[in-house]
Amino acid sequence: MSFSRPSLILGLAILIAILAAASLSLGPAPITPVAAVRALVSDQGSASVIVREIRLPRTLLAILVGWIFGLTGAGLQGLLRNPLADTAVFGAPQASALGAVLVLYFGLVGALSWALPVAAIAGALLSIALVVAVAGRNATVVVLVLAGLAVGSLAGAGTSLAISLSPNPFAVTEIVFWLLGSFEDRSSVHVVLAAPFIVFASILVLAAAPGLRALALGEETARSLGVNVKWLRLLVVAGAAIGTGASVAVAGSIGFVGLVAPHLVRPLTGYDPARALIPAGLVGAALLLAADCAVRLIPSSVEVKIGVLTAILGVPFFLWVIARRKAELAETPA
Amino acid sequence: MTRLVARSLSVDLGRRRALSAVDLSLEPGRFTVIIGPNGAGKTTLLRALAGLLPASAGSVTLNGAPIGRMRATDRARAIAYLAQSGTVAWPLPVRSVVALGRLPHGEKPDTLPAAGREAVAEAIVRADLEGFEDRPATELSGGERARVLLARALATKAPVLLADEPVAALDPRHELIVLDVLKEQARAGATVVAIMHNLTLAARFADEIVLLHEGRLKAHAAPAEVLTEDRLSESFGISAHVSNGPDGLVVVADRPLP
Repeated sequence: MSFSRPSLILGLAILIAILAAASLSLGPAPITPVAAVRALVSDQGSASVIVREIRLPRTLLAILVGWIFGLTGAGLQGLLRNPLADTAVFGAPQASALGAVLVLYFGLVGALSWALPVAAIAGALLSIALVVAVAGRNATVVVLVLAGLAVGSLAGAGTSLAISLSPNPFAVTEIVFWLLGSFEDRSSVHVVLAAPFIVFASILVLAAAPGLRALALGEETARSLGVNVKWLRLLVVAGAAIGTGASVAVAGSIGFVGLVAPHLVRPLTGYDPARALIPAGLVGAALLLAADCAVRLIPSSVEVKIGVLTAILGVPFFLWVIARRKAELAETPA
Repeated sequence: MTRLVARSLSVDLGRRRALSAVDLSLEPGRFTVIIGPNGAGKTTLLRALAGLLPASAGSVTLNGAPIGRMRATDRARAIAYLAQSGTVAWPLPVRSVVALGRLPHGEKPDTLPAAGREAVAEAIVRADLEGFEDRPATELSGGERARVLLARALATKAPVLLADEPVAALDPRHELIVLDVLKEQARAGATVVAIMHNLTLAARFADEIVLLHEGRLKAHAAPAEVLTEDRLSESFGISAHVSNGPDGLVVVADRPLP
């Protein structure tokens, strides 16, 4: 099964447009998708205020964050030649959250400051670097996952420590909800805060595309084909860290999109790690948009956090991949 | 015409000196086979010749130009390198894997120009892979995959071809097919170097044999001069019989020396 790439990308873009219209129309105030789109492009009074000020930032963030998770997931899987690689497996979201929490509580800057994404990015970079350093370059999947688990747990413990030492119980509730991951009540300021980092991270990962293809034959062969493997690794790891950090800073920790999205597109792109990048990003955007619509449709007194939903759906998927590929995973070096 | 020359080449791997003061000149049109016991430095020599390992002392030059200072893509166009471990990470179709050999020419697998498509098709035929084009490379047998990776190296159409144990995983028929291909490459003017363990096949196909032992070059000459019973016992630690067969020397390892 293999579609031509333009039609695949076009199909995904249409899907995202439909989901975006749905996202703009969902919320406490009933607005039909058509009316929502009209309110977006022309002045329709209060409907325009709701759609533009409340629902548009949320929709844009879901697209941006989903895109970068899908893209960096595909990039990391290509780099490590491993279908289970993802920033979440490396403990990067937890480390990003720790970075952000530390800045919030000890650096005492507001939640809308540039320091927040920068600290989150630093946390992500540190965690990925630590995992790669501990596991080594030719680590097996098991070593990689174990190292990621350890780093993620350490970051989680650090966050818990920061929370328990915090003197303000109201802020604690705030931070716990933020950690669960959500696009609720985000403004255009959040979009402006995250977008430049996400665009930059996308450029880094996409620049690695031709090299990722050669890397399918192993590091040595890729080098013999003229690929600068060190540079390639830097591009993808930096892209993943910057993308994760920026996303966590505005949306809290949302996992498993980067793991799932590449899997869904790989059979459709001929298993070429370079050709999978953009479709994986688009699938990530569609998945997160759909999830963000779903949390608004689930009947409950408080909105279900999207990070919780992606984990509930993503972890079983993760387990399914492990179960299906058990035999090869036993011997694949990462 | 491309000459690959190592001058007093030494390579350190970590703190260990893996290669000491090797002088070696590889001429176009010649098929050279590197032999030596495990740990003799064969792969290290090949990787240094390919510019994949830096020289700790001495130099490797390609037509007089130091290989370490060449641009990576220029080097990749000039030297095709076939690694020992034949892994393919994703179930890419055979044609796409072979097309990766065109990467040094700036050609992408899905948009190959006519010259690239021709090179890929020719490489597939020469590696005896017709009918395998659309099969996922990960679902092939070890021997089939080794030939896919050989085809990938051929598709680059580089004037130098360095192959690390290209026939290690192959059955006797495909051993001969692959060695014929390497020999043809040399006859067509390429500089071809391969590491091999089968001394009889090495004697039969090689124009020259390089014998390495403990990181040093012990001999570099025609097969009959290198493959003597004395040398084999000294370097390999075996008692061996060398006799003349219908297709050249026959080397039979008899027993390990104490």
